[in-house]
Amino acid sequence: MARNISYQQAINEALTQEMERDETVVLMGEDIAGGMGAGGEEDAWGGVLGVTKGLYHRFPGRVLDTPISESAYIGAAAGAAASGLRPVAELMFVDFMGVCFDQIFNQAAKFRYMFGGKAKTPMVIRTMWGAGIRAASQHSQSLHPLFTHIPGLKVVAPSTPYDVKGLLIQAIRDDDPVIFFEHKMLYGTEGDVPEEPYAIPFAEANFVREGDDVTIVALGRMVLLAQQAAAELDGEGISCEIVDPRTTSPLDLDSILESVENTGRLVVVDEANPRCGFAADIVAQVAQAAFGDLKVAPRMLTPPHSPVPFSPVLEDAYVPTPDQIAATVREVAGATAKA
Amino acid sequence: MSAVAPPASGELTKDELLEAYRVMRTIREFEERLHTEFATGEIPGFVHLYAGEEAIAAGVCSHLGPDDYVASTHRGHGHSIAKGCDVAAMMAEIYGKREGICHGKGGSMHIADLSKGMLGANGIVGGGPPLVCGVGLTAKVKGSDQVAVSFTGDGGSNQGTFLESLNLAAAWHLPVVFVVENNGYAESTSPNFHQNGVDLIKRADGFGLPGISVDGFDFFAVHEAAGEAIARARSGGGASLIECKGMRYFGHFEGDQQTYRAPGEVDELRRTRDCLAAFSRRVTEAGLVDDADLAAIDAAVAQVIDDAVAQAKAGDDPTPDEVLTDVYLSY
Repeated sequence: MARNISYQQAINEALTQEMERDETVVLMGEDIAGGMGAGGEEDAWGGVLGVTKGLYHRFPGRVLDTPISESAYIGAAAGAAASGLRPVAELMFVDFMGVCFDQIFNQAAKFRYMFGGKAKTPMVIRTMWGAGIRAASQHSQSLHPLFTHIPGLKVVAPSTPYDVKGLLIQAIRDDDPVIFFEHKMLYGTEGDVPEEPYAIPFAEANFVREGDDVTIVALGRMVLLAQQAAAELDGEGISCEIVDPRTTSPLDLDSILESVENTGRLVVVDEANPRCGFAADIVAQVAQAAFGDLKVAPRMLTPPHSPVPFSPVLEDAYVPTPDQIAATVREVAGATAKA
Repeated sequence: MSAVAPPASGELTKDELLEAYRVMRTIREFEERLHTEFATGEIPGFVHLYAGEEAIAAGVCSHLGPDDYVASTHRGHGHSIAKGCDVAAMMAEIYGKREGICHGKGGSMHIADLSKGMLGANGIVGGGPPLVCGVGLTAKVKGSDQVAVSFTGDGGSNQGTFLESLNLAAAWHLPVVFVVENNGYAESTSPNFHQNGVDLIKRADGFGLPGISVDGFDFFAVHEAAGEAIARARSGGGASLIECKGMRYFGHFEGDQQTYRAPGEVDELRRTRDCLAAFSRRVTEAGLVDDADLAAIDAAVAQVIDDAVAQAKAGDDPTPDEVLTDVYLSY
């Protein structure tokens, strides 16, 4: 039965249900219990944002706080996965990947390939991404393109409470390493989520909204902003179709191509930097596979090629807005079709 | 040269002594043969040889079963052989052949066989210590008595991963053993410089772990220290650090001119410190093993290596479409 719960509660529920189902699922991360070894509660925090609250006592020995040593514990997750567990490691902010990237892209991602198919590394790294809370350059990035670039990794970036539960369950059951992006501006969003466990397959895009004039491809928080823009454009007689790929690796390119075949116009909205990014990748793949379907040049709407700034005025100028999305769509919709 | 004394590890049976010798001799023959074959230009890529350090791999791994895990280094042939990997499949891998232990996908620096508890040689210096923490966690969560050992060089012991892993293993009370093979060179740089001449075994104290430094040319010294540390890990006593002081007979990689070494250094090592010679002398003079037993192993190992090289050279190349196999389990 579906209830209205938050994105954050949906994550907690997915973790709880998978830990109930499979005793090889373990959690590790900084402060995911929160309070270990101190004088107060042992699970005071349940993660910096409380996402794992309540799991420490419910699953004794399977919720492990770690030293602030990302290389050691992300590597440990890889070693645990290769030897029979299904670890879910929380890496507080995706920005911290820099201190442990070797363990992700040289170790976990490549075991199966380098070892001739003999290894299985079923691990999940949950991590917060995105701008919007004035957290500045080292706590606000959108680094999904970095991981999408690495063969051997799967990359998931859910936009709704329903998707985050189903995709996290799929990620935990998946036998390959998965980087699971949780947008920090979405934790408080609410939606209908079935109480029972369910898995959403990877590489199945969600048609968030159907429309005939312009295809908008968006991910994570940008899906919500695109919906606001689309509602406004509806009143102007511009009909938008919003495609949320949900996973960037593997990617459901077919659904995007199907939509573009119908609309002939493409806007990709993404929160990552533009160079060699997700938006560039989608535009390139559509241009290569379906150039003939495009009536006008496709557009990318992304932040500029700069770090995420701190000052509220600057951060607001950095992240794409519903107004910018609407303006870009208007331009694309109004552009004269090529001969 | 030190006087020959009876082996300190009195519990070793004759069969165990012969097995230890077979492992060390196999590693030596494998590496000496690769040194020769590499010079012909037939072997692709990089090769880092372990010859000289055989007593370490053999002394540690003799305490490990197939369910125990080892994470190795770029200089991983010795650990792989000591952990029971198929020698012919290893050789085929180094030649890049489909019959290779990783079907030609990994090469010398990524030899692995998880069914034997070999979690991989590793092209990244310091890549292995975090991985064995994970294996230790698996053992702990599943309640098994498995132990995981990471081998690291003196160079790797300066990586953050190594130091973080010592701390994590202490914090989580993991059944792991960190073995540092201090062979005197981080590539070309001496610990006198890269560790400011400070004994690296002192690092164990900093993490509250038991630590011991032993002669890495002496199988019995390594065997005894490793036995104690592995038994402690297996019985819930937590992690340990072992430093094995040894030297490699070849360069950092094949082709290394080794001009950083003192003139005559390797000749002197081979003459006075060789682990196989010392082992043979000790076990025969103590009357535990006959010369004939060792000679029989020498002959058998020579044949194994000859066969492995012949098979590797005659093996099949992978086909180009195999570029895309085993990237994912499903995609």
